[in-house]
Amino acid sequence: MLWAALSLSLGYNATLVTLGASLLGAAAGMAGTFLYLRKNALISDAISHATLPGLGFAFLVAFGFGIDGRQLLILLSGSALSAALGLYFVNWLTRETRLTQDTAIGCVLSVFFAFGVVLLTIIQVIPAGRKAGLESFLLGSTAGMLYSDALLILILSIITALVLFVFLRPIKLVVFDQGYSETLGISVRRVDFIILMVTLAVTVLGMKIVGLILIVALLIIPAVSARFWSERTNIILVTATLFGALSGYIGSAISAVSPGLPTGPIIVLCCFGLFLFSFLFAPKRGVLAVALDHYRFQKAVHLTQGLLSMAAAQPIYEPKTQRLLRRLGYIRADGVATETGKSLAAKTLLNEKRWSYWQEILKESDQLDGQAVFNLMDIETKLTPDQIKSIDQGLALKQGERM
Amino acid sequence: MMAGVALVSDQGVRLGEAREPGEEPLNIRGLTVSYGQVPAVYSIDFSVKSGSLMGIVGPNGAGKSTVLKAAMGILPLISGQVTFFGKPLKEARHRVAYVPQRASVDWDFPATVYDVVLMGLYPSLGLLRRVSKADKAKVAESLAKVGMQDFVDRQIGQLSGGQQQRVFLARSLVQQADVFLLDEPFAGVDAATETAIMGVLKGLQEDGKTIISVHHDLSTVSTYFDHLFLLNRKAVAYGPVAEVFTKENLSIAYGGKLAAAQLDTMGL
Repeated sequence: MLWAALSLSLGYNATLVTLGASLLGAAAGMAGTFLYLRKNALISDAISHATLPGLGFAFLVAFGFGIDGRQLLILLSGSALSAALGLYFVNWLTRETRLTQDTAIGCVLSVFFAFGVVLLTIIQVIPAGRKAGLESFLLGSTAGMLYSDALLILILSIITALVLFVFLRPIKLVVFDQGYSETLGISVRRVDFIILMVTLAVTVLGMKIVGLILIVALLIIPAVSARFWSERTNIILVTATLFGALSGYIGSAISAVSPGLPTGPIIVLCCFGLFLFSFLFAPKRGVLAVALDHYRFQKAVHLTQGLLSMAAAQPIYEPKTQRLLRRLGYIRADGVATETGKSLAAKTLLNEKRWSYWQEILKESDQLDGQAVFNLMDIETKLTPDQIKSIDQGLALKQGERM
Repeated sequence: MMAGVALVSDQGVRLGEAREPGEEPLNIRGLTVSYGQVPAVYSIDFSVKSGSLMGIVGPNGAGKSTVLKAAMGILPLISGQVTFFGKPLKEARHRVAYVPQRASVDWDFPATVYDVVLMGLYPSLGLLRRVSKADKAKVAESLAKVGMQDFVDRQIGQLSGGQQQRVFLARSLVQQADVFLLDEPFAGVDAATETAIMGVLKGLQEDGKTIISVHHDLSTVSTYFDHLFLLNRKAVAYGPVAEVFTKENLSIAYGGKLAAAQLDTMGL
């Protein structure tokens, strides 16, 4: 059954929903990357909670005019309007009062949401309202989703992604260095407006599938997960897009085969799965890689220090160093150096001398690489024989001077 | 105070001739910028002659960076007029390059040295034009000028402070501008980088460019610059270093803060 959903062969409607959820996830992953890099992730929470009163109002107004208030386009338009209003209040509070943005977000988010809940409660009293199932917008539900709804989400998601793609350069510039981008004639305000409008679009589109409470997760988690994998904005952007799409795809497929489960939470849990995987296993930035690097580094430091002490015929006090040297067979159990230990100690000392001489040369010409720990590496694997030859000559010269 | 009227500062020091905005690389008249109600700089007039290497000098909080940021449109003006080559910034943007303070950005940002320098080409690339071989060559050329050609693919967070500053300078070089405004390019950089950056700036001057740089270290003023703008919230004096860099002007700008011994080391 799940395979049928994943391979998009569960019928036309389910297929369209799955595609819609994937594209929504992709658009959210893209928009979220820029929110995350702009250090403005929390604003999405204000946007999503501010949709609720608009949702209720749109239904009531439509109902008053005798139109079927369940039409997705009407509901989403209302939500978008009230989200925009919430966003306006957050910006207004931040600009005109002494409130900081996080405080303004907290105020607007809670007041709008409270107002929305009151409206929804009133709507529940109306018989037509009870059947409208507006509460499904809180946590998302693809069950009983119409073909036209899925198509609407699909098309708008594509448009959202396209807008981001077109404005990629100015957005990247503003996110990295806003002062400089102003000097190039790129308006920070306009770029922020684009980022926020796209976030708003993703939020509103995601209400039906993911639900307004959890849409924040689909915006932020893919971007944060993608950050583990790369040091370049474009790659992070593509990875976050894929992560978002994958979460939407798997999540909606699972919920298609078990309609009792709410779609939003499942999609978010898929997001979290990808996050956990990235967090643990990403090369370089993942926790395992970092721990392994640290372990290797520590081992190399102990080994080098131990061998240098041996070369200088100094006693080694640190138990960890002793254990390491003993295990590698460089000293005997009674602490006396073995033959291999002695020769390696001499080699390490030479390596150390060569590196410190090389570092002095680099320092003079400011070529010194702040990152590398030189004496832990074998100089013969890092420099050319010619360079080493000149170092040795320099060292011999220094030796001569001293004598 | 009306824009352009202040020929003489309140301390009675005669400032340069006030001129109608001509073709100078940068002309500022009656510039006032404030944070809240307190003016950061007040009614500033000054202009830069084409081809000069000008230092902006003054005590902490004198508004040195503020003048540059206001000129570049990063800060809103309360009053005043800023022209580059006789035109407002909007029409002369392609001839002006700005190098912000290194501390103004988050260096953990996911970008390589190449990515950052390429940003200087964004205006000419537009929204969607692909990066051509010629564009890449421009990036490589700028990096070579600042001695960073071996670091193209390095993540920017893994650079030393001096190297980060050079990357910022390279980013402004690809813009191929005619006037360069630098905000404290020597703050927190090593001596070798300072020499390298100064070399690049002198090279730009030889090519006929105009350079304006906020500077902190009074002891290097006369060796680094040929023109000087001295300010402390108000303009104190501007013009050739020999005329402006005097005991009298410095004591106006710095008050009693400069000890006689310090002045001696500057040969004043």
